[in-house]
Amino acid sequence: MKMSDASPKSLREKLIFEHSRPGRGARGQWPRAESAGAGVPEALRRTRRPLLPEVSELDVVRHYTRLSQLNFSIDTHFYPLGSCTMKYNPKACNAAALLPGFLARHPLAPVSQAQGFLSCMYELQEMLKAVTGMRGVALSPLAGAHGEFAGVAMIRAYHRARGDLKRNEIIVPEAAHGTNPATATMCGCVAREVAVDADGDVDLAALRAAVGPATAGIMLTNPSTLGVFERRIEEVARIVHEAGGLLYYDGANLNAILGKVRPGDMGFDVIHMNLHKTFSTPHGGGGPGAGAVGVSTRLLPFLPLPVVSREPDGSYRWLEEKDLPQSIGRLTGFGGNAGVLLRAYVYMRMLGREGMRRVGEFATLNANYLSALLQKAGYDAAFPERRASHEFILTLKRLNQQYGVTAMDVAKRLLDLGFHAPTTYFPLLISECLLIEPTETESKETLDAFVRAMAQILREAREDPEHLHRAPYTMPVRRLDDVRAAKELDLVYTRPAG
Amino acid sequence: MPFIPHTDDDVREMLAVIGVPSVEALFDEIPANLRVKSLAEVPEGLSELEVMQLMGERSRADGRAKCFIGAGAYEHHIPAAVWSTVTRGEFYSAYTPYQAEASQGTLQTIYEYQSMMASLTGMQVSNASLYDGATAVAEAALMAVRANRRSKSQRILLPRTLHPHYRSVAVATASNQGLRFEELPYDRATGQFGVGALGGFEAQDTTALVIQQPNFFGVLEDVDALTDWAHAHGALVIAVVNPISLAVLKPPGQWGAKGADIVVGDGQPLGCPLSSGGPYFGFMTTRMEHVRQMPGRIVGGTVDLDGRPGFTLTLQAREQHIRRAKATSNICTNQGLLMMAGTVYLALMGAEGLERVATACMARTEQLTQSLCSIAGVRRAFSRPVFHEIVLTLDRPVAAVLSALAERGIQGGLDLSEYYPELGNALLICATETKSQADIDAYARAMSEALRAVRAA
Repeated sequence: MKMSDASPKSLREKLIFEHSRPGRGARGQWPRAESAGAGVPEALRRTRRPLLPEVSELDVVRHYTRLSQLNFSIDTHFYPLGSCTMKYNPKACNAAALLPGFLARHPLAPVSQAQGFLSCMYELQEMLKAVTGMRGVALSPLAGAHGEFAGVAMIRAYHRARGDLKRNEIIVPEAAHGTNPATATMCGCVAREVAVDADGDVDLAALRAAVGPATAGIMLTNPSTLGVFERRIEEVARIVHEAGGLLYYDGANLNAILGKVRPGDMGFDVIHMNLHKTFSTPHGGGGPGAGAVGVSTRLLPFLPLPVVSREPDGSYRWLEEKDLPQSIGRLTGFGGNAGVLLRAYVYMRMLGREGMRRVGEFATLNANYLSALLQKAGYDAAFPERRASHEFILTLKRLNQQYGVTAMDVAKRLLDLGFHAPTTYFPLLISECLLIEPTETESKETLDAFVRAMAQILREAREDPEHLHRAPYTMPVRRLDDVRAAKELDLVYTRPAG
Repeated sequence: MPFIPHTDDDVREMLAVIGVPSVEALFDEIPANLRVKSLAEVPEGLSELEVMQLMGERSRADGRAKCFIGAGAYEHHIPAAVWSTVTRGEFYSAYTPYQAEASQGTLQTIYEYQSMMASLTGMQVSNASLYDGATAVAEAALMAVRANRRSKSQRILLPRTLHPHYRSVAVATASNQGLRFEELPYDRATGQFGVGALGGFEAQDTTALVIQQPNFFGVLEDVDALTDWAHAHGALVIAVVNPISLAVLKPPGQWGAKGADIVVGDGQPLGCPLSSGGPYFGFMTTRMEHVRQMPGRIVGGTVDLDGRPGFTLTLQAREQHIRRAKATSNICTNQGLLMMAGTVYLALMGAEGLERVATACMARTEQLTQSLCSIAGVRRAFSRPVFHEIVLTLDRPVAAVLSALAERGIQGGLDLSEYYPELGNALLICATETKSQADIDAYARAMSEALRAVRAA
């Protein structure tokens, strides 16, 4: 691919390789030259330079700044991507994590020179325990799915430690995140789906039929991926526990209940928290995240390594294998995404206990308000009889039948109107759906503006559906050919011939 | 209210629209007995001023020792332009580019990253990052099982010269799916594992051989012979490499007659601060024939409705949100922002700048080695050439020497006695381009004093 083939348009930027000129370079950023590769035996030496651009510092800065301007982001746009909790990322969290003392610290530096850092990590563990009602927390998993892996691996280790080797089934509701069944597979288990009833709750009869001596556990999100609270959670817990299984809480939707209900009190044995969602660390265009895990008493011995402990003399240290011999082991090169954890720590310290409560309250207020207004504007809620949690689902089935307009069309048109699209086509259970999560940091005016945009789209659907099929019109690119992308693979830039 | 913009009037109007008397009423579907009673363990909130004062204190509490530790995380100079660019809100506060039309900045950067990493490693395709180097090895082992269809054993050979944490993570992650990991010994004189270590596997079905270059001891392995052995025995080669070293070392794509099959490593040296262990990023590149077995996001070029070029996530049928239980991995969020830092770093360095970094690191490590080895009681543990790390053997217990060094403002390296007890008092040290002659002299002086102090004790 060569971006210079594109028609000249202000919203386009060449590839960095196309800015390259032989002999140019950001020399001020390089170290002084040394005698090249003296110590490398000839047979192991590189003979041809890699294809990297030869550009000035200004070339690089201008190029990536221009590229950044092609993105929608929380700092520039309302970003109601359901299940992703795109709330504002406070700047102080970033500034604190970038303090030189934290940035320069080597992960294997002696513990005597890590007490300031470890004190933050220990207090973060304690605060996460408090808000989730769990008995132990490990911070090392590097993202939500990584936390899921840790959680299911602990469930498996728990059964094995009891000599119960038959339990290899992980039950997931059919509306679950794709990571849940994928995690079950990663852990050597089999995912078994159970149905959800018409109100969005787990079908208890189906659950009773599914559990048995092979049940390792169940993975649940609560509020569920359908945007409603699982009202019979205590009954679900009883059924699974009586069958000998454990309950896993997928923390993707923890923001909805922060400060209001705790997974530990609902009966969950293990949870992961997406710190990049609930605790507002940046999503970074696809990470880094942090997927801390919390456990009930019976899973404490299996926590992944390392965990921070506070010694009787008030000092801090990492617990290692000799301290936790039954641990599922080490899941990361070092102690976790420390920079992300520091940001979450600062966020929690700024919110404090009252701020923590307000998160769940205002996230829920915003979602219910937006849901009410969109229904008034003529959209259909998937579960109109239920309270929205921090998010809710619209189904465009009727719109699709009447005008042939799809959820994708609406999503793309929203981009033209200055809003990032909600999550589309998830959960798979609801046809033509939009999963909308406004978060607590958005103002009433922003929500009102979003409703006006959605109302405009509804008018356009009635008057000129073709216009919606071909949206967006104002973005750096029009709708992209995904089929061609997958068929005629163009995954790297290659040096032009000659 | 921190970060919540609602006025009292807003709340009243919003509740009226919803048709409930209070915010509390919105939680009426949650059983009352489950409601949180107290969050007393969480402290009161702090203002930005207060929290910055607190964090300033905590960040200064650990001092600023000179760091000569490597072992998988390396202190390099990071040009100012890297993080000033990457922390722009448009990158920092965006998410996975699901809406391609509103994410061309992120997508094009990933495409550029994929291009750079494929070329740097001598491979054809790259994904958009994994969590870190250790998890990348685990993912590579799982991928090798899918890619090497002729092998049924799921046996992965891990040399003991591979980073011990990487070995632990691979076992903890992939043995759940039935993979069998076997450890290969190394030669005590050279610090390498040679083809000789593979003798026991001549007649066995092996899925993949892992080779780290430079290895955990900093020593350069004889990668050509090892790669050829693996291919002659039906095994794939998983290369674990330091991206900076590839400026001067033969890329894995050219190892042996056919080249490595999967290349992974930690991208931290490319513009990511040490930051107490993360966030870093894992990278993975491979041959085109294995692209559908790769885990993680991949970006491809395509055209839009008007036939103009653009970028989008592609080959998503490998991933968890489509394939669910049959996905290549459960990975979703990866290390996007760090991958971006790596891309900006590589763009600023170019091939020549990267060579300068690599050769400066080698020169500093050589100087440090000479300085330290001129002290009585300090010698090199292994004979073979190294990149920018080296194992020294001391005549006194390393832990005691390291604490005496720490008192003198030097983080002197990693004590290997727990990882490799057979090596005795072994210390792994590293000096990158960030260390000046004065730093090296200071370390040497401190080492003399520390050894004297430990001997006297």
